[in-house]
Amino acid sequence: MFKVPSAPGGAAILSFGEYQPSQVVTNADLEARVDTTDEWIQSRVGIRERRIAGPEDTVASMAVAAGGKALAASGLSPEDIDLVIVATCTVQDQIPNTAATVATRLGIVAPGAFDLNAACAGFVYALGLASDSVRVGSARNVLVIGSEKLSDWVDWEDRSTCVIFADGAGAAVVSASEDHGIGPVVWGSSGDRADKIYLREGKYLYQEGQAVFRWTTTELYKVALEALERAGVEPSELTAFVPHQANLRIVESIARKLGAPQALVARDIVTAGNTSSASVPLALSRMIERGELPSGSTVLTLGFGAGLVYAAQVIRIP
Amino acid sequence: MALSEQEILAGLGEIVEEIVGTEPSDVTPEKSFVDDLDIDSLSMVEIAVAAQDKFGVEIPDDQLKDLKTVQDVINFIQK
Repeated sequence: MFKVPSAPGGAAILSFGEYQPSQVVTNADLEARVDTTDEWIQSRVGIRERRIAGPEDTVASMAVAAGGKALAASGLSPEDIDLVIVATCTVQDQIPNTAATVATRLGIVAPGAFDLNAACAGFVYALGLASDSVRVGSARNVLVIGSEKLSDWVDWEDRSTCVIFADGAGAAVVSASEDHGIGPVVWGSSGDRADKIYLREGKYLYQEGQAVFRWTTTELYKVALEALERAGVEPSELTAFVPHQANLRIVESIARKLGAPQALVARDIVTAGNTSSASVPLALSRMIERGELPSGSTVLTLGFGAGLVYAAQVIRIP
Repeated sequence: MALSEQEILAGLGEIVEEIVGTEPSDVTPEKSFVDDLDIDSLSMVEIAVAAQDKFGVEIPDDQLKDLKTVQDVINFIQK
């Protein structure tokens, strides 16, 4: 038998933070670039405008910006953080990892630091790991970040994808808590459908739109409902549903199947585009800023993407 | 128990009304989903899923693109 740390038992989110590049790209801008229309984009994917990184924005720099805001809002000092997880699937340089650099730039000294690739579900996976790490005593305070620069992996001549993807970052600080402010994560994958979303020619994001639409709109509400059940939360108790902002029609279709008509549904995609693993914390952060999610409210998150992979969990808003 | 063409047509009319709000009486065999009924590729997936629930016949994505008219879908379901 080995010694193990005495664990606090509970974990909760202390704060959120976000970063979006300053460059706004509207549908009219895209009309000038590829054969598409504002009407087509809005009716198919629900996006009006998105943010695209400038030359100064990298996965690491956006992670630092969002992580720094979450850290400042948490009331903790950098030295209190002992684990940094960066969820990303779009970083250009795989070596060295991004998390260690981000930690150093934020003045966090020698934390555990790793990157996590669960595609667009990355933040929800990372939040599950952060919560479990705190609950068993592997970490005291965890900085969890989703940061994506999808514009590096988009074929700007391909009208089926360039209208969807965007850039940004979102972050949260997870800490020990007397009670449980983060429900059990429900996660899974379907590698037999790895060919539904992939990098064409190793460099351009490609997805089979109909297959992805069918998968997300017929199967994923079950994952979301399981996360509610495992946390002991009724659909009627939800303040909001914040799924990955893949496509507004997917978001609304899943939301309709939850049996939670009172829940506010995140529609951040309308002005932020699809930012992969950044979309859930970005949406949460912006909804909190607008006063839509009061402290203590119960929110269901759901991530899903290339793999295929998916994850859901219930969280309490700090 | 094989469904008649009329029964499938009536069922498709209900499905199309539910998904895009078109009057069921406008859903006639010769109509093209895309050109006449203004149904896009994602709504076609919703129709396929609803048709599977209603008629118990799966319409895979790779065959969906070949089903241009209401009659094509009726034929597929009857097959």
